[in-house]
Amino acid sequence: MRFLLNLSFRYKVPLWGSLLIVATATIISGTLLLRSYGELKSDLLRDATRQGRTMATTLFPAMLHDQVWRAYEIIKAPFGRESGDSPGQAESFVVLDQRGQVYVSTNPETLPMLADFGRFAPEFAALLETIAQPGSETRLLEPQGSDHLFVATPVREEHARLGTLVQIYSKKALHSRFQKSAGQAALIAVLVIVLLLPLGWYWGQRTAVPLVRLTERMEELGRRLPDDLAPELYDYQDELGRLYRAYNRTLHELREKAQIEGHMIHSERLAAIGRLTAGIAHEINNPLLGMLTALDTLRHHDELSPRTLKTLTLLERGLLQIKDTVGALLVEAKLKSRDFLPQDAEDVRTLIEPQARAQGVNLRWDSRLKAPLPLPSSSLRQVLINLLLNAIQASGPGGEVSVTITAVAIGSVDTTLAMVVVNGGRILTEMQTAHLFEPFADAEERGRGLGLWVCYQIVSQLGGNIAVDSEMRDGLGRTSFKVTLPIGARP
Amino acid sequence: MTLTRRIFLGACAALAMTPARPAYSAKALRVGMTPAFLHTQHGLLAEWRGYMEAKLKRPVEIVQRDSYRETMDLLRLEQLDFSWVCSYPYVYLRKQVRLVAVPLYRMEPYYRAYLIVSAKYPHIQGLAQLRGKIFAYADPYSATGYLVPRYQLRRMGEDPAKFFARTFFTYSHHKLIQAVADGLAHGGSVDGYVWDSLDALKPEITRRTLLVSQSPQFGFPPFVARRGVAEEDFAAVQEMLVMMRYDARGKELLQRLNLNGFILGHSNLYDKVAEMMRAFGED
Repeated sequence: MRFLLNLSFRYKVPLWGSLLIVATATIISGTLLLRSYGELKSDLLRDATRQGRTMATTLFPAMLHDQVWRAYEIIKAPFGRESGDSPGQAESFVVLDQRGQVYVSTNPETLPMLADFGRFAPEFAALLETIAQPGSETRLLEPQGSDHLFVATPVREEHARLGTLVQIYSKKALHSRFQKSAGQAALIAVLVIVLLLPLGWYWGQRTAVPLVRLTERMEELGRRLPDDLAPELYDYQDELGRLYRAYNRTLHELREKAQIEGHMIHSERLAAIGRLTAGIAHEINNPLLGMLTALDTLRHHDELSPRTLKTLTLLERGLLQIKDTVGALLVEAKLKSRDFLPQDAEDVRTLIEPQARAQGVNLRWDSRLKAPLPLPSSSLRQVLINLLLNAIQASGPGGEVSVTITAVAIGSVDTTLAMVVVNGGRILTEMQTAHLFEPFADAEERGRGLGLWVCYQIVSQLGGNIAVDSEMRDGLGRTSFKVTLPIGARP
Repeated sequence: MTLTRRIFLGACAALAMTPARPAYSAKALRVGMTPAFLHTQHGLLAEWRGYMEAKLKRPVEIVQRDSYRETMDLLRLEQLDFSWVCSYPYVYLRKQVRLVAVPLYRMEPYYRAYLIVSAKYPHIQGLAQLRGKIFAYADPYSATGYLVPRYQLRRMGEDPAKFFARTFFTYSHHKLIQAVADGLAHGGSVDGYVWDSLDALKPEITRRTLLVSQSPQFGFPPFVARRGVAEEDFAAVQEMLVMMRYDARGKELLQRLNLNGFILGHSNLYDKVAEMMRAFGED
């Protein structure tokens, strides 16, 4: 039982539906059959009683005058010519005299005249006993376990009783008639079931499948954000339909929240890294400058052996390299720089094109700048160059890199600068995307691995945003970096 | 039965309204018919009446009764002018009636009694084997259907009143055959002429009976007139009957009656019947 209750709705709903259909069909046809059997029987008995009384009345004078043939004609008349298994058709009629002998019967062969009626069968003997008791007019007798129904009517007038008319009906005829109608009813029930079951099954599936899908999604919810439920799966306004829409709404909100959280974590991490690196860089820079100054001072002393000088130069070169690296980490947008001119973009193009050509990369340039923008030109040039160098390297020989630079204007005032660099080739992995703007994230592949870090720092400091989109489109990789910077909001 | 009678009455009414039927002024002749033949052939009876009226040029009324006794009473009470009666009633009423004509059956004025048993009891080969059985009689005033078997039993030294376990009357030879065919009675004695006629008309009934033995022949049931009937009426009816077989219409009716004609008979044709009656102290 528990097993049945634990079944999936996919099976349970159609199963219960089918069970209901079958039970309903069975109960209804059973009730109708039972009623029809009762009616069949009561009809038979009513007709038999009426017929028996009529016959008994006419039998009286025949018996009184001992007209056996007349009596035979009277009881034989209802049999007529039409024979068949109609339940109204009696098996035989017998007229018994007062001693329980057959006066005359419709079946002289089996129930001959003068024969002792009680000797034919135990049920007949029992019938005789019942008839012998004084009592009501017509009696209906249905001996237990007997194949027959008996209707006994006394042949009498006032107090003179001459005998008894016994109408014998076979239950078999009744049963066969009943079986026939039962068979028909069963056939109809089966037809109804055959018609209704697929409907019930379909309806059950229609309800259960959306529920099952919803359950599967809900169970996934703990592990990851599942997909949306296709609304066409259940496009109705009932509770299930509302549940669907509520689920989709919740899912949407969860996804948005997760995205925002992801962004926040990302930028917070980058900010933390930025602060850390800046702190470390400053801590290194101070002693470094001291060391370089000390080294310079030492070099201006004359009594240094050539061996010492060589060592000093080696030290200085090493310290300068540390200074360069630290300086690169310590990115600071050069806010005091002049405005960014359309010519600056063209300069970058001139600088990059030989590189692109050397790598066999086609560069598509689309700069729509017309007027100077109040943004630090040197920082912007650095961002653009870094992005382009990265793109050329990523796209590889035969690839294409496209650049689009536009100023978005509201009215006649430019409000945002958008620079989009797109390259083909391999797309970024999820892991790469997650750590893209961190320093040394990708050191092995792309030089020092500080290019994007620098870009991010500059764009952040300028209050802008840098977004990456790397995906397969029509079988080709496409990675784009989009930099947006607010104009005139110089901090 | 009722239906047939209704149809018969309807047919009579239709006949009465037919303008072709001449209106006879004279008093109607009343002719009685008994179950001596297949008296349920009402259509045939109606046609025969029409034939009689045409020949006699006067109305004829057919009177049918279900038992011989009633016809005999009607004759005695002078309610009938003529009647076709069984040989036993004729001998019984010999002093009150006159013999008009005797039918010719198979070219003889004789008939026989047939002892028949139900086809369900083929082992019964004769009257003796019917001891303690159920036996059907036709009519207490029937020669073939009552007198003959009783006479035969008497000759065998048996008491007819005790020989059978049970006897009953069907008041018609036709019904007697039916009773034996249904097995209601084990056997019965029947008018041979009726059995033969029925065998030709409805063999499905006679097939259920077995003809066990035939009696010697007796004078065929005659046409009689009451003593008081007018001489010219007697002569006219006698001539009409005797001449029947000489005209086409009469011949056709006779054929349907399964008879060859009527002849002038003599009462000594019935001496054998009278002898049997004497054996039972009657006559």
